[in-house]
Amino acid sequence: MSVSPTPRPLEQSLAVRKAVRPAWAVLGERGLEILIYLCGISAIVFVLGIFFFVFKEAFPILGSKHFSLGQFLFSEQWYPTSEVHKRYGVLAMIAGTFSVTGLAMLIAVPFGLGAAIYISEFCGSKVRETLKVVIELLAAIPSVVWGFIGLTVMSRLIVKYTGAPVGVNVLNGAIILALMSVPIIVSIGEDALKAVPDSYREAGLALGATRWQLVWRVLLPAAKNGLLAAVLLGVGRGVGETMAVLMATGHAVHIPHSIFDSVRTLTANIAAELGEAPADSDHYRVLFLIGLLLFMMTFVVNLTADLIVRGIRRK
Amino acid sequence: MFAETPLVRRKQRQETIAKWLFFSMAASMIIPLILIVGYLVARAWPSLSLSFLIDVPTHGMTEGGIWPALVGTIYLVVLSLAVSAPVGVLAAVYLNEYARENWFNRIINLAVINLAGVPSIVHALFGLGAFVYAAHFGYSIISASLTLAIMTLPVIIASTREALASVPRSFREACWNVGATRWQTITAVVLPNSISGILTGVILQVSRAAGETAPIMFTGAVFYEAVQKGDLFPYRLQDQCMALSMHLYTLATQVPGVKESIPFATAVVLLGSVLLVNASAIVVRGYLRSRKKW
Repeated sequence: MSVSPTPRPLEQSLAVRKAVRPAWAVLGERGLEILIYLCGISAIVFVLGIFFFVFKEAFPILGSKHFSLGQFLFSEQWYPTSEVHKRYGVLAMIAGTFSVTGLAMLIAVPFGLGAAIYISEFCGSKVRETLKVVIELLAAIPSVVWGFIGLTVMSRLIVKYTGAPVGVNVLNGAIILALMSVPIIVSIGEDALKAVPDSYREAGLALGATRWQLVWRVLLPAAKNGLLAAVLLGVGRGVGETMAVLMATGHAVHIPHSIFDSVRTLTANIAAELGEAPADSDHYRVLFLIGLLLFMMTFVVNLTADLIVRGIRRK
Repeated sequence: MFAETPLVRRKQRQETIAKWLFFSMAASMIIPLILIVGYLVARAWPSLSLSFLIDVPTHGMTEGGIWPALVGTIYLVVLSLAVSAPVGVLAAVYLNEYARENWFNRIINLAVINLAGVPSIVHALFGLGAFVYAAHFGYSIISASLTLAIMTLPVIIASTREALASVPRSFREACWNVGATRWQTITAVVLPNSISGILTGVILQVSRAAGETAPIMFTGAVFYEAVQKGDLFPYRLQDQCMALSMHLYTLATQVPGVKESIPFATAVVLLGSVLLVNASAIVVRGYLRSRKKW
């Protein structure tokens, strides 16, 4: 005797069974997505927050009778704790920041770009991987260790070989900053060179160009925007660096006349004096104003670098 | 017919010179690293020992070890990681999985780039204004590690994003096609396939947070804090603490008459741990990349 299967109603067997997820799962997922969105916009919140809080602490100084914006930007008289006549001019520190960063870039740019060219054009893949690891490690060295190196090792070398009276000066800070910003310049520069299409290289080689000619006449012109962005990011790093220049450049608030003069940078000035300035005093607020100045300087530099990089990608 | 003409020889000479020139430029970045590490280790040698790590500073910090600073750094790093890792990973998920290519996404990108570019001392000012005063956390481990977390957020966002972007789009499409929601796709397909990049970002965050000085200097790190030798939990969250990077700065610039080798040994411990952490990131990345299935 055979049992025939009981026929099922047609609509039941064909009906697509709808996946029903419990309400808590759907709601939970929605909640998580809101959380993700909040985290996504957190970067904006933090950047605005940084601007807001630094501005908030600095703002009241603009109305103080001891302070004028013209004096702040164009005077080199920095006497924040004077009993009789307080003066808050940061021109000497702006000069300090630019002299140290400028000299550092004079050292770092040729070496950084040279190394980027070597890594992207001249070496084999083994050497390339090794060099990239080393550059990554170089970038990881904390700035306070660089400052310590400047203070102990570099300053002695400078006194010994140049006969400068003090070893902590513009040159010292610049060498340290150069070593610190080279990794950025190399890695961004290498990306820029990698973005040049291989057909350019092949065309050059087919015409019988040496690789030297290829680099000079083809790659550098083709990658110049990316390389400019690399240099700008290096500048941004240099302007914003604090601990290394605090320890390596000495502490003299005056406009440097030679690379063997001690200087103080904007960042180092905040780091050196914030601990001593009583909260809500004019001195304290001026330090926040310097911070605002730094924030805007690095903002412009980074924005420009980003626009350049993006321009390349769009092409 | 194919004899070397002077032109060919000149070109070959040019080629060799170019190669060596660029090689020497690359080498001149590596040699300092090796020389510096070697010199620091040599100067630090008399003080380097296990007891240096677990002893407390004595005689007004001119002798003894670095235990309180070491523990303080671990506190700060762990706490800042606990904040910045989830926020950073989720932010990267938003940017890579949810956000559309529009002006708003562009602004978030700009914000991330600028957050990475803000000078560390400005982060310190922000931490002081926002956490120490406005939020009334005072000078404490919480203030310092929150400042560190915000500062290191872009590190995690950038590397997580890169990892998410490297997961092929076809993986996601396959998952959507079997009826998974966006979030299910992310947890089941996208995150497991990009875990190596996320891990690398987290490790890099640790090394960055451990080395920073300026942001913690005015928010929670102090010159000296009395701690028992070998005590594992010496600080409470609302306490101030010592930190390795701050300790090195203090020893190098503020304390007269320190035994010569002690600042060097502190620098070696800081540098060594940061480089070790970074090296492990590189190893992890290499290992997981070699097992990648696509």
